[in-house]
Amino acid sequence: MAGKLSLAYFLSGGCGGCDMAIVDLSETLVDVLPQLEVVFWAPTVADVKYKDLEAMPDKSIDVGLYSGMVRLGEQEHIAKVMRQKCKVLVAYGACAALGGIPGMGNMHTKEEIFRTAYFDTYSTDNPEGITPQTRCVVDGKYELTLPEFYGHVRTLQDVVPVDYFVGGCPPHHSFVGQAILAILQGKLPPPGSWITSGKAVCDVCDRNPAARGEERQPIKEIKRTIDGVPGEGKCLLQQGYLCLGPVTQGDCGALCPKVNIPCRGCGGPIPGVKDFGLRAVSAIAGLLADEALVDQIPSPVKLFYRYSLPASLLGQKVK
Amino acid sequence: MSVTKIEINPMTRLEGHGKITVFLDEQGNVDNAFFQTVELRGYEQFLRGMPIEEVPRTVSTICGVCRCVHFTASVKAADAVYQVEPTPTARKIRELVLNSHYVEDHAAILYALGFPDFVAGPTASPAERNLIGLIQAVGAETGKLVLKKRYAAVKVIEMLAGKPIHPVAALPGGWSKRVTEEERKEILALAKEMVELGQLTLKVFEDVVLKNENYMKLVTGDVYKVVVNYMGTVDEKNRVQYYDGIQRIVDTEGREIGRFTGKGYLDFIAERVLPWSYLKMPYLKPIGWKGIVDGPGTSLYCVGPLARLNVAEGMDTPLAQEAYERMFATFGVKPVHNILAYHWARAIELLNAAEKVQQIAADESITSPDVRAELGKPSEGVGIIEACRGTLIHHYKTDDKGIVQEANLIVATTHNKGPINVAVRRAAAHFIRNGKVDEGILNLVEIAYRPYDICLACATHVLPGRLPVQVDIYDHKGELYKTLRNF
Ligand code: SF4
Ligand code: SF4
Ligand code: SF4
Repeated sequence: MAGKLSLAYFLSGGCGGCDMAIVDLSETLVDVLPQLEVVFWAPTVADVKYKDLEAMPDKSIDVGLYSGMVRLGEQEHIAKVMRQKCKVLVAYGACAALGGIPGMGNMHTKEEIFRTAYFDTYSTDNPEGITPQTRCVVDGKYELTLPEFYGHVRTLQDVVPVDYFVGGCPPHHSFVGQAILAILQGKLPPPGSWITSGKAVCDVCDRNPAARGEERQPIKEIKRTIDGVPGEGKCLLQQGYLCLGPVTQGDCGALCPKVNIPCRGCGGPIPGVKDFGLRAVSAIAGLLADEALVDQIPSPVKLFYRYSLPASLLGQKVK
Repeated sequence: MSVTKIEINPMTRLEGHGKITVFLDEQGNVDNAFFQTVELRGYEQFLRGMPIEEVPRTVSTICGVCRCVHFTASVKAADAVYQVEPTPTARKIRELVLNSHYVEDHAAILYALGFPDFVAGPTASPAERNLIGLIQAVGAETGKLVLKKRYAAVKVIEMLAGKPIHPVAALPGGWSKRVTEEERKEILALAKEMVELGQLTLKVFEDVVLKNENYMKLVTGDVYKVVVNYMGTVDEKNRVQYYDGIQRIVDTEGREIGRFTGKGYLDFIAERVLPWSYLKMPYLKPIGWKGIVDGPGTSLYCVGPLARLNVAEGMDTPLAQEAYERMFATFGVKPVHNILAYHWARAIELLNAAEKVQQIAADESITSPDVRAELGKPSEGVGIIEACRGTLIHHYKTDDKGIVQEANLIVATTHNKGPINVAVRRAAAHFIRNGKVDEGILNLVEIAYRPYDICLACATHVLPGRLPVQVDIYDHKGELYKTLRNF
C-alpha cells in the first residue's frame, strides 16, 4: 500500500484488555508504527479530541477499530461518528463483536444490579437506604449530576453497520499483528466477514482426536474443571469437559486447551453461525451419549453464551 | 450560593465513568470539589449462578490492565470456598504469575502515565505528555528496550497461565498446568531481563525526578500531600507481600490500628453509599464514618504502592530493600503522605517483583507435577491479594455444589476513593484562584489523582490512560459560560 494507513481506535465499554493486546505487540508495534498514522486513539494513547474526529471529512480514515460493547449514549455517538469517518469499521474483540462478558449483565435488570450493589453486598453501609441519583444536591448547595445507568448491553453491530469482526477476549497479540498486516496489505475478506484464519479451535488443537487418527466417541459424563485431572494430550471434550472448541474460531492457537482448560468460546463463532450459544448447545448435545446429560450443566446460559449473550436471539431480561 | 460551577468532565471521557466537579465561591476560589464515578457494571450480580471454578477467568475481564489480579484473588477465594490450601508448587506458580504481572503493569503505568508528566514537565502541553512523547524524549532504541524487557513478563504469564490477558489456568486448590524444566530455565532467563528493567526504571526515576530540584519540591511539598491511614499486606516480618499475608492497617502517624485476614475485612471496612457517585466510599469501621476529610483521626485510608511501603518495615529482596531504605531516608519520615511518592514506590516494587520471579524460578522444586490438592466441601470464602493498585478483596458464598450464590468485591481504586477526593480538592484549591483556570492548571489537578493510578476499569470500567478532561464553567445563574477540554 502506498503511503501510510490512517487508523482510528476507540475503547468503548471494554476492559482495556483489547488495547493491552496491542501494547503487547511490543517491539513489533514500534516497527509497524511508521506505516501507520494514528489519527485518533481515545482515551488511552493519542491526544486527539472528539471534536477533531467529528471535524474530519467523511470516509477520510482508512480503518477504525472499535473495542468494547455499547452501553452509554456517548459510546453510541462515537460509534456513529467512527462509522461516518472510517472507510472500514472493525468490531475489534469479543465485546464489540458479540457483547462479551459484560453482556451477561443482560440476564439481570437494573433494579437487581442496584439492589446487589447498594443494599445486599456484605460490606455495604447504607444507613439511609439510598441509591445513586442522576441529580442530587449535597449539603443544600452543591448540585451534582450522574449519567443515567442504561438497562442493557449492545454490540457494535446493533448500532451501526460493521465491515469486519475480530474475535478473542482479547484477540491474541500475535493474531492482532497478523490482522494489522492483512489490513496493511489490503488482503481483506468480503465486507461483513470475520477477520480470521477460518479454522476452529479444534483444528489447531494438539488434543484433536482426528489429528491422531482417532474417532470421536460419544461423551458419557459431564465434568467440571474441578473434577479429576484431564488425561495428558487427550481431547478435553471426549473426557467430559465441556470444551467449545468445535464451534469457536481458533485464531488464538488453542491457548486454553494447551494448559488443560476447556475453550469457552471467546474467539467467536466459526463461519456461518449466527447464534453462537445455540450452535454450541446443539453441537455438544449431539456428541453426548445421552441427551439428558445436558441437565447436569450448571447455568448453561452463562456457559454457552459467556461471550455472546447480547448478540444472541435470547435478547435481554426485561422485567 | 455557589457562583460558579466548574465541571472537569469527564475525567475519563465524555459522559463517562469519572468526573470532577469543582464549586467556586463568589471570589472564584474553590469552595468544594467532588470526585464522581459514573458507571457500574454489575459483576457481583451476574456471577451468581456460575460454578466458582469458572469465576477467575470471568472476573479477570473486570480489567484488562490488571490482567492477573482479579483472577488471583478469586481463585484464592475459591480455595477458601473449598477449604483447601493449594499445593506448595501451585502456590509458587501463582506467585510467579502475579509477580510477573507486577513487572509488566508497574512498567506500563510508570512509562505511560507517571514519567511523561515529569519528562515533558507537568505543565507541558498534553500532546507531549504521553507514551509517544516519552518515546520521542528517550529515543526509539530505549523505548524498544523497555518494551522488550517488559514483554519478558508477559511471556511468563502466557506460558504459565494460558492466556497473556485474562488468564485461565487457576483452579481451586491449585493450577491446571505443571512447569517443565525447560520452561523453568526459560523463565529464569526472562527474570534476568525483568530485574534489569527494574534497575533501569529506578535509574530513570532518579535521573528525571530526584535530580530535579523543582520536581523534588513538588514531590516533597504540601500541595500533593494527603494525610490518611494506610492498608497493605505483610509477612510475619512485616515485609511487603503481594500474593498472601496479613492485612495491616496503620494510622496517620504509622501506629498499627489493626490486622486481619480473610473474612476479618468486614470488621475493618465498610463501604458508604453516596447519592452522587456509582462508586461506594470505604472507611475504617473501628474509627467510624467521619466524612471526606484527611488529617489525624480521619476514617479514610489508602492502598497501593506507597500505602504498602508505609505499612511495611521493609522488602523481602535485597535490591528492593536498598531502594526502600533510600526512599524513606530521603523523606525522613514515615508514613510518607506525599502522593507523588506513589511513583517512586511503584518503581521499587517493580524491582522487588522481578527479584521474586528470579528467586522462585531458581527453585527447582517448581517443576514438581504436584499442582492439584484435594477439595473439601464448598461453602464460603474470601480471597485477598495485593493488586498492583492496592488491596483487592473477593468474597463468595456458594451452595453445596460450589455454585455462586453471593459475591462481594472491593477493588483497589474503591478504597482510594475518599483520599482521591481530598487530593483533588486540595490541588484545585491551590491552583484555581480568582476564577482563573487554564489547561496547565488542569493538568496540575490531574496530577493529584494520577499517582493513585485510578483504575476505573476495575472500579467501574475504564482504562487508565491519557485522560480526557473537560471543564465546563457556569456563571452564577447556572448557565454555561465557558468550556475548556483536552479531548
Ligand atoms: S473483549 Fe475481552 S479483552 Fe476486549 S474489551 Fe472485552 S472484556 Fe476486555
Ligand atoms: S474439543 Fe477442545 S480439547 Fe478437544 S480438540 Fe477441540 S479444542 Fe481440543
Ligand atoms: S481456547 Fe477458546 S476461550 Fe481460550 S482463548 Fe481460544 S477461543 Fe478463547
